Amino acid sequence: MTEVVATNETILVVGGGISGMTAALEAAETGKQVVLVEKRPYLGGRVSQLYKYFPKLCFPTCGLEINQRRAKTNPNLRVLTMAEVTGLKGEKGNYTATVRISPRYVNGNCTACGECEKAVSSEFDDEYNYGLGKRKGAYLPYRMAHPAQYVLDPRLIGTPEAEQAKAACKYDAIDLDMREESVDFPCGAVIWATGWQPYDAAKIQPYGYDRFPNVITSVEFERLADPQGPTGGKLVRPSDGKEAKRVAFIQCAGSRDRNHLLHCSRICCMASLKQCTYVADAWGTDADVSVYYIDLRAIDRFEDFYAKVRGIEQVKFIKSKPASIVADKEGNPVVHGVDTEGYNRYADTFDLVVLAVGMAPSVDRASFPVDIVLNREGFIEADEANGGVFAAGCASDALDVNRAVQHATGAALRAIQAVHGAAGVEG
Amino acid sequence: MSDLNTAMVERYRTNFLKEVEANVEEGEWVKMCMQCGVCSGSCPLGKFWAHPPQEIFMMIRAGKREEVLSSDSMWMCTSCYNCIVRCPRELPITHIMHGLATYAKRLGLVPQNQPTAKFAQLFWDNLMKKGRVNELKLGLALYFMNGFGEGVKTALKKQKLGMNMMKTGRMNPMEILGGHAVKDLSGFQKVIQKAQELEDARIAQHGARQGA
Repeated sequence: MTEVVATNETILVVGGGISGMTAALEAAETGKQVVLVEKRPYLGGRVSQLYKYFPKLCFPTCGLEINQRRAKTNPNLRVLTMAEVTGLKGEKGNYTATVRISPRYVNGNCTACGECEKAVSSEFDDEYNYGLGKRKGAYLPYRMAHPAQYVLDPRLIGTPEAEQAKAACKYDAIDLDMREESVDFPCGAVIWATGWQPYDAAKIQPYGYDRFPNVITSVEFERLADPQGPTGGKLVRPSDGKEAKRVAFIQCAGSRDRNHLLHCSRICCMASLKQCTYVADAWGTDADVSVYYIDLRAIDRFEDFYAKVRGIEQVKFIKSKPASIVADKEGNPVVHGVDTEGYNRYADTFDLVVLAVGMAPSVDRASFPVDIVLNREGFIEADEANGGVFAAGCASDALDVNRAVQHATGAALRAIQAVHGAAGVEG
Repeated sequence: MSDLNTAMVERYRTNFLKEVEANVEEGEWVKMCMQCGVCSGSCPLGKFWAHPPQEIFMMIRAGKREEVLSSDSMWMCTSCYNCIVRCPRELPITHIMHGLATYAKRLGLVPQNQPTAKFAQLFWDNLMKKGRVNELKLGLALYFMNGFGEGVKTALKKQKLGMNMMKTGRMNPMEILGGHAVKDLSGFQKVIQKAQELEDARIAQHGARQGA
């Protein structure tokens, strides 16, 4: 049985992505007791699935490593993975949270030696790679996963393979009798850091994401570029493994569109500019990149990065939101539209089309376990009526990592003030 | 140039966008266009347009009054609604195109021999006589729209279709003698008259000032 020691001065952080980790660590490092609840088997969220950050083109693994070390060494932080908040009752300073924990079937004895993975054969779609690759039924979610503990896919349970995995483990780390459990504990404030999800590109019917294998999303392209990704970092297209040299980026795929997401997702312009450099770096002068845009929003200091990418000869910018995509006989996506600078009709053929999908909130209105004020885009409003529940990062708006971390630090301070207020402490 | 057109130029001077907003159906949406180009790319007849919708909206804002109103483009719209469905800002583009065409017609600026405009007039005149469309007469009028010789040629070509329609009861040759009307023809005419009064009042409100 999982036990959680907590009081009404404990801060509950929901979501262990970059925002949730930041808020939890900032609060824990001031001496507050913090419980961090994460749905996935590891911390890091969508940042762990990025190849590079913009605008410096450095690797997110670096910052994640620092945060993981902070998490490992802080005695005030309790991390629950594969866990979801199913209930939240009470008021600011006095909540009771109910958390459902799914069985990992692997306990703390795990040394991540990988023997269980070798012992099993069934493969499943790899969530970490957005289903672009396969993983075994006994797996470490990704190379740098924290906690560094394997997971047994529940679909393996009850099959001989589960027994084989157990038999292969030298550390008695596999426990096939683990069951889903539900724990209740008190807390004084809640930081809601459930982040974002890529907008469902299949809903943008004319772009044919669900019909053409060589039309992919920006988050999937990020996995293709990563040397740890499903193609080992080779930019090849899904349908036939052909090298993707002619690449189109389509901006505002779902964003700024009253049929889809009302808001500008803010990160997609910069993400595509960043991904332009992946293509140019991979193929040099053979690269042929087109960016289709309504207007490019490289705000404040990002302007320099935009100028830098604009200077890459192989990258063209076309001021137009494409009307539709069709596939030719070879499976090449053909982008159709009319440009705004001259009103020229075009039909451009590519190896691969990348849709710069927008950021949608992860949690829909009906799924919140507590009454919460959302704006019309579905993000959490900073509202008195939310009591001791504070949004952090992308649960509050479409933000890049830098702004999400700043926002999460602010949320930690709000939560600390809330539990201080409840405990009658000055400050 | 018609008198009305001169009067409208006088009233709105350099602000064509204002003129469109006041006088064209759904014209107030024109300023909402963000020039993304999805409408133009989505138009199945787009390549036959001199100016796609996106360009027309920009021309309106740029005050290109003559070019827009005497353009053939908005008459090419077939009301497929692809543009409306895809517009990220939900502009009623199809309706604006029809609104522009209607306004151009009112001002007498329709390009000569524009086939859509000609057909629309034939359809309207046919409809007004009996309160319903006499398909036989409309069809024949359409055959002969571009002259007698061409009309005979088309009629001969479509002979088989006509015979089949008669056989299956889809077309009555007796309709050529006047044709039947709606049950309450005078009621229908009253409805149209009332609608015309309302429309005239609306036009007067935004239209040319008295004595302008």
